Formats: sequence, C-alpha cells, structure tokens
Amino acid sequence: MKKFVLRVDLRWLIALLLVAGRCVGPSFAQSSSDAKFLEALGELRTATYAQKGTIVEQLAQSTHPNVRAVLTALLEDRLYVRNDDQKVFLVKSAAAGDTTALDLIDPLSLKSAGSVPIDGLTKIGTNNHLRRVLETTLARFGLSSPDPSVRLEAARQMERSLDEANVGLLRERQAVETNPKVKKEIATGLALAALNGSEPKALLGAISTLRGSLDPNARNRLEGLLEKNPDGSFVESDLQVRQAAADAVKTIDRWHGFYAGIETLLFGLSQGSVLVLIAIGLAITFGVMGVINMAHGELMMLGAYTTYVVQVAMPHHVEVSILAAVPAAFLVAGLSGVVIERTVIRELYGRPLETLLATFGLSLILQQLVRSIFTALNRSVVTPAWMSGTLEVNDALAITYNRLYIMIFTIIVFGTLLAVLKFTRPGLEIRAVAQNRAMARAIGIRSEWVDAMTFGLGAGIAGMAGVALSQLTNVGPNLGQSYIIDSFLVVVFGGVGNLWGTLIAGMLMGIVDELLEPYAGAVLAKIFVLVALILFIQRRPRGLFPQAGRAAESQ
Amino acid sequence: MKSKTLQIAGLLFTAAMTLSVMAKAQGTIKVGVLHSLSGTMAISETTLKDTVLMMIDEQNKKGGLLGKKLEAVVVDPASNWPLFAEKAHELLEKDKVAVVFGCWTSVSRKSVLPVFEKDDGLLFYPVQYEGEESSRNVIYTGAAPNQQAIPAVEYLMNEVGVKRWVLEGTDYVYPRTTNKILEAFLLSKGVKPANISINYTPFGFSDWQARVAAIKKFGSQGLKTAVVSTINGDANVPFYKELGNQNISAEDIPVVAFSVGEEELSGLDTKPLVGHLAAWNYFESINTPVNRAFIARWHAYIKNPKRTTNDPMEAHYIGFNLWVKAVKKAGTTDVDKVIAALPGLETPNLTGGIAKVLPNHHITKPVYIGEVRADGQFDVVWKTPGTVPGEAWSKYLSADKNLVADWVTLKCGNYNMATKKCSGQNYQ
Repeated sequence: MKKFVLRVDLRWLIALLLVAGRCVGPSFAQSSSDAKFLEALGELRTATYAQKGTIVEQLAQSTHPNVRAVLTALLEDRLYVRNDDQKVFLVKSAAAGDTTALDLIDPLSLKSAGSVPIDGLTKIGTNNHLRRVLETTLARFGLSSPDPSVRLEAARQMERSLDEANVGLLRERQAVETNPKVKKEIATGLALAALNGSEPKALLGAISTLRGSLDPNARNRLEGLLEKNPDGSFVESDLQVRQAAADAVKTIDRWHGFYAGIETLLFGLSQGSVLVLIAIGLAITFGVMGVINMAHGELMMLGAYTTYVVQVAMPHHVEVSILAAVPAAFLVAGLSGVVIERTVIRELYGRPLETLLATFGLSLILQQLVRSIFTALNRSVVTPAWMSGTLEVNDALAITYNRLYIMIFTIIVFGTLLAVLKFTRPGLEIRAVAQNRAMARAIGIRSEWVDAMTFGLGAGIAGMAGVALSQLTNVGPNLGQSYIIDSFLVVVFGGVGNLWGTLIAGMLMGIVDELLEPYAGAVLAKIFVLVALILFIQRRPRGLFPQAGRAAESQ
Repeated sequence: MKSKTLQIAGLLFTAAMTLSVMAKAQGTIKVGVLHSLSGTMAISETTLKDTVLMMIDEQNKKGGLLGKKLEAVVVDPASNWPLFAEKAHELLEKDKVAVVFGCWTSVSRKSVLPVFEKDDGLLFYPVQYEGEESSRNVIYTGAAPNQQAIPAVEYLMNEVGVKRWVLEGTDYVYPRTTNKILEAFLLSKGVKPANISINYTPFGFSDWQARVAAIKKFGSQGLKTAVVSTINGDANVPFYKELGNQNISAEDIPVVAFSVGEEELSGLDTKPLVGHLAAWNYFESINTPVNRAFIARWHAYIKNPKRTTNDPMEAHYIGFNLWVKAVKKAGTTDVDKVIAALPGLETPNLTGGIAKVLPNHHITKPVYIGEVRADGQFDVVWKTPGTVPGEAWSKYLSADKNLVADWVTLKCGNYNMATKKCSGQNYQ
C-alpha cells in the first residue's frame, strides 16, 4: 500500500515537473500557482466526496484566475478526466444535440483543446454536499457581479455558511451596495452573523434588523436565543435581549400566519380554477342541454393528448407549442363532440338513462382508442420554461407559475364563454333552444343544428381544460376518469344550467378542500367535501343557484 | 340448410383449432406473466412484462428447458387489484402455468396470495416491498425493508446528518407498513416524534401544491430535513414536477424514493431533480461487464437504444435464472419440487455479486444509494460492503421481534421463536 502511495507521488512529481517545465512563462510566481492549481485539479480525480470538498475550499483560497471557471464547470457537471493521459479538462456544455463527442477546454488557458469521444472521458462527479460547498464558494464571486439578481442570490447563498471570510466579504459589499433588495439581504446576513456574538448591544441591533425578515432562518435563530440549557438557565443571559427576541419572534409569526392564510386561499383558488375549468364544458352539455355526458372526461383526455401531439409535431418550439395546443385541442375535442352528438346523443334526447349508458360506453371506446394509438403508458408533456418555477412574492409567500397561468386561463375561458352566450347570435340561439325548444323552432331556429353546436362547444371547452391538465397531471388513458366525478359534483353543486354557479361552486370546493387538507389529509378532506355536498343537495336539490321560472320547473 | 353447413364448418374449425393448440401445448412449458399493461401502474409494470418475455426468448434460443420450449402466457390485470386475483386464478387453473412472474404493488400481491396458496402456484415477486410476509408459494426477489428502506434512512441519518423526517407515501399497504417500520426505527434512534411527519395521498394524486408547500415549511425549521418517499406509480411525476416548480433543491431537502427508478424518471425533465436520491439494489449506471451485456441485450430485444433498465428488471432477471436452475435441479416443473429445490440456489446478479435464495424465500442483495443525474441516471454515492440477506419480519416492530420465516427446517413463514408456534401460513 505504502509503495503504491509512493509511486503515485513520484508520478505526481514528474507530472508537476513537466507542467512546470512547460509553463516557464512570464514569471515564476505565476507558474508555481499554475502548478498548484493543476495539482489540486488532479487530486479531484480520485478523491472521495469529502476530500473533494476540502480541495474545493483550497482552490477557493488560491488566487488563481481560473478558479471560478473550473468550479462552475464542476458544479455544472462539465469537468472531465481524459482517460488516455488522466488530464483534467473543462468541456463545453453537453446540451447541444451531439452527444457522442465533447469539446475540451484547457483549464489553464481556457482555450479549446480539441474534441474527444465521450467514451474516452470520465466525469468528475459531485454529490449534494459538494454542490452546496460549490454554490457557497461560487457565491463569493457572484457578490461583485454587475447583475443585482446574481448578487441577491449570492448573498442568500453566503447566508448559509456565515464563516469569517463570508462575513468579511458581505461587510465589504454592504459599504458599496446600491440595490435596496441586495442591501437588505446583506443586512439580514450580517445580523444573523451578529447573533453569534455575546455583546448585548450588538445583539439588540441584530434583532431589530431581523424583526421584519420573513427568512425562516432568522426566526429559527431568534428562537434559539430563547432556549434553555439543560440545567434550566437561559442560553442567553441578558433579559433585555431575550425580551427583544421574543417580541421579534412574535412579530415574525404574525406575518407568517398572515401569509399562510393568503397562501391557502391562493392554493384553494388555483385548485378551484382547475375544478371550474373541467366543469364549464359540462355545465354547457349537462347544464344547458341536459345531456348526462359520461364521456366528458375522455374529451378532456383528447385535449391533453392533442397537446402532446402538437408538442411532438413542433419539437423546436416547445415554448409556444402549448399556446398552439389550445385552439387545436378545442377543434379536436369540439369536432369529436359534434360527431358524438350527431351519431349517438341525437337519438337519445329525453332518455337520460340510455344517454348515461351510451356515453359511458363511448368513454370506454375513447379510452381504448388512445390506448391503441399511444399505448397504455403515460405520455410526457414538457412544461415550457415560462410556465415552470415560482413567483416569489417574499420569503413566506410563493405561487408556482403553472398554477398562476391556469387561473388566468380559467378566467379567460369563463369570460369568453359568457360573452359568447350573451352577446353573439349563436349564443342567443343556444339560450333560446335551452329555454324553450318549441318556441325557438317556431321562430325559425334550426334546433338540431344548435344542439350539435352546443354540444361541440361544451366538448371543445373540455378539450381546452385537457391542455391545462396536461401541465398538472399525467397524460394517460385514465386522465378523464379521475376528473369526471369532480366535474359533475361542481355542476350539480353550483346549480344545473347556471355558469356563475359553476364558477362559485368550483372555487368554493377548491378552497374548502385546501383548508381541510392540512388537518385531515388528502383522502379524508375529499370525503368531508363529498359528505358536505350530499347533505347540501339533500337540502337544496337544485344547487347553489337554481334556475328560476316556469321553464326550469318543468324540466 | 345453409345454416347447418355453417354450423358443421364451425364445429370442424373449432376442433381443428383445439387440436392444434393441444399439439403445440405438449412440447412447451407455460410461464405466466401477471403485470398491469394499463392503468396507473402501467408506467412501471409494462417493462417487467417485456423483461420476462426477453428472458423466455433467450432461454428458448439456448434450447429451452428440460428439452421443451418455454411459452409465455401474458395477461393484463389493468392496475385493478381484484382483477389480479382473477387473472392469477385464470393462469393457474385454466392455463396451468408452471410459474408466474408478476405483481408490482403490495396490494396486488396480497390480492393474489390466497389464489397461489390454494392452487399451489409459484410466484416470483420482483419489487421491493414492506416485508411482514413469507409465503411458501412466493419467492421475493425484490428488497425487504432491511435491504432498502432501513439502509437508506441510515445513510441520510449518518452521512447527510438529517434530523427531521417527512414520510410521504401513497395510501396503501406498502407505504403504511414501511412507514410503520421506519417510524419505529427512527424513534429507536432517538428522533423526537415532533420531528417526524407522516402523510398519505391516494393513487394517481396530482394536486401536490399544498403538500409540497407543507414539506417546504416543515423543512425550514432549522434542522436538516429529508423526505422519505414511498409514493408509487404515476403520482410521482406531478410530485417531482411540483418539487422542481417550488424550487426545493436536493441540497436543501433531499427526497429519497423507494419506488422511483430509471424507468419512472425517463418521462420527466430531470434537471430540477438533480441530487434527489433513490435507494435500490441495482442501478443501470453500475458499470460491470454483466450489466453492460444485459443492457445491450435489452436494447437489442426491445429495439430501442433509449430504453432504460431498472431494479425490478434485475429482480426478474435473477428470479428467472433461479427458477431455471431450480427446474434443472428438480428435473421437473412440478411446483412442490421446484419450491423445495429453490432455497440455497445461487445466481450472479447484475452488479457483480451473488443472489442466494434464503430459507425464508427472500434473497441476498447489495444496497445502493444513488443521486439523480441530469441525464435521468443515478450516480451511486453509497453502497453496502457486501450483500444483505433479506429479512421477512422486521426487528424494529415489537410484535414481530420473535418471528422468523423458514421453509427448509421449520416449514413455516411465521414462526414465533418465543412461543415455538407457527401461525398463519403453514403447510406441513
């Protein structure tokens, strides 16, 4: 074993000499720092993850100009060893289509060093711990970036390991920082560091800075000041400091509680808007036409699969494919709806039981159809970049973009539908036929044509809901089944034939569900909502907003 | 007149068909494949069906078994648990298969168990499961809790320094039992009850926003937090999507999953998931000659070089080879003789070790912890020094402490060492 170590060392020495020999450049100091730099890189090849962490720290201490580039490469999985000669290289981003060969970059000159097939390279791996070390290390470089958002992120990263070096850097930056957001973040970081001290005055200053901070770290640290030692005495001996800390924790908790309430409401609204979206189509076919359409879920599934097909058809435009999918899904599902109405439902008006059975059969046929075309496996619909991520209002309140866009989408769909029904000629005809078929026919409306269009409209909206669902759940043959019950519930709860009822019922159900879920769990919350709905329908069989008038009574 | 001719023709045709089927059946050994090809579990189980078909194909190319060709009988229980029992019944009674490779979820295994015991069938079950079971008619080629869940939690506790635990699972028997064992294990290691949060969601759950936000909050209390996920099936896709969307990185709150492998990740954008963990007994990225050869054969068989391999596939690979060895040793496909021949048999696994059938019908397996890479594969960050023998009964549950399973000497899957009694499945 020992002999082996010695041999390795000798090899090292030779390598070092060679490197040193080659790099006899402008100054000896430069070449010695280069040699050290290369030596550290070489050690990365065989080191364990813990050793790699130490090497990274060492590299960060050195003043070599290429440290940042190399560490960034390591963090991004772009640091490789060439198998032939065991030299360490950076590679250019591997994301570009060709995956058989990688372009090497020399770590010293940062110039291109040819390309090597991927089999001839071994990646220097990282793990979670090492990535954390790299991120905090690299944050130090980011602190002087001209981009304020990079500086903000850097300050946040450095807060996680407030050693002397980081505190010093933060303090230096604080003096010259101009951006108020970054300035505040640095102040929080410095205050957190100050909590480590014991000087009451400094502590009080730090506490008053942290008072307004929603950073969970700040609250945890302040709470730490209030803890007791095992023998019953307080960790922090100064009473004034303890009082100030307790006061600050209370303030922070109040804000957190406030934002938690808003967050639950937002979650409820976002879940509610999904419910509304899946129910509006049904509100048309079931509510306005009175057709119990068990294949409604499958129409949504068609919409979701349309999204997938559109995305596959335009692989280089993932960002816009989802927008293109909205009209496509409307057309596909809408046309399917018209076909279903013309072939099946037309024969069954006024016979709800037969309609139910026939559409249930249809739903099975549609499921099997997509199984035959796309296999039973789920298809993956890529979420475009503009729909991923979170809109962070502050440390305590955030909402994901996909939910936000779906909320907006629901509002647009709902508003458009209302406008179509209210202000356009076809909308007028739909309402006329729904209210009094005989009279509508008498004044020259082709009621059969209106029926087909109405059903197509409901189906098309279901298809658009499918586009939204493809972003939230799995696109598979069973997608429809998991939403059909919810959509019927919303329509019945809201009052059959009333679009506003559907909107309010969906939102209410979403909010109640989200309110219950933290206490009861997802399964029980659903059961509670269901039981509450049954009781409600018992009392008011016509839902929240029943239709009034003689026409409605006679239905 | 015409109808009579038709009838006769029909009869003749049926007779001819029956004869031809019988002629074909004489020279073959039937192998049942009981995996969901549709429904919520299809994402995971379809690959396993193909694996068994590949193994049968290869065995037939080697000249079959006992001079006969193997014939696969594939049925689709459609992720419908009662249908599993019906299909198992059909395989054993109607098709008279010699062996069945099948099931993924524990609820499907529990559903077919009485069928296999009544009809005396033989099932190779390839998936990691919750333990607390040992049947004479089942060979468990997946991991027991001590071969996956416990080592993974130990890794997080000792190597990552996790102090707070979220046990997140799908609402059925495997997650509930596993979490019961894990909770007992954590409490025995001195973790405070306030630092353990357990939650269940239904199959196919997709509205993860509130749960993930709650996990984020639970993890921001100052102590290092990890999520132990026993979420099963396609609910994983929206779960990981939501983790990515809410910016929960593996450096902050690592998620270690027991049911997410290469196959499940292949449908996902894995960039936001880099660093999240999975505990398995096999990873596709493990670089051994036998694994490279297996992957090459798989790609050739499935005609798609992008298809991944995963842990339950390896379990079927091991199980199939064990069954072939046992049949050769017994000289017959008779279930009783094959079951008697199985304990003690050894076959190489795909990671350079040996899988041995133990008297409790479990096998020895190495344990690997892997971190998700950007390309959807796993980097092994930790492994056990050798293989770990599977334990049917957990020593962390007080009720099971004295229980052992031994089908060689004790002939019992549920033997109480203290009272010297065998309860439950007992086939003397």
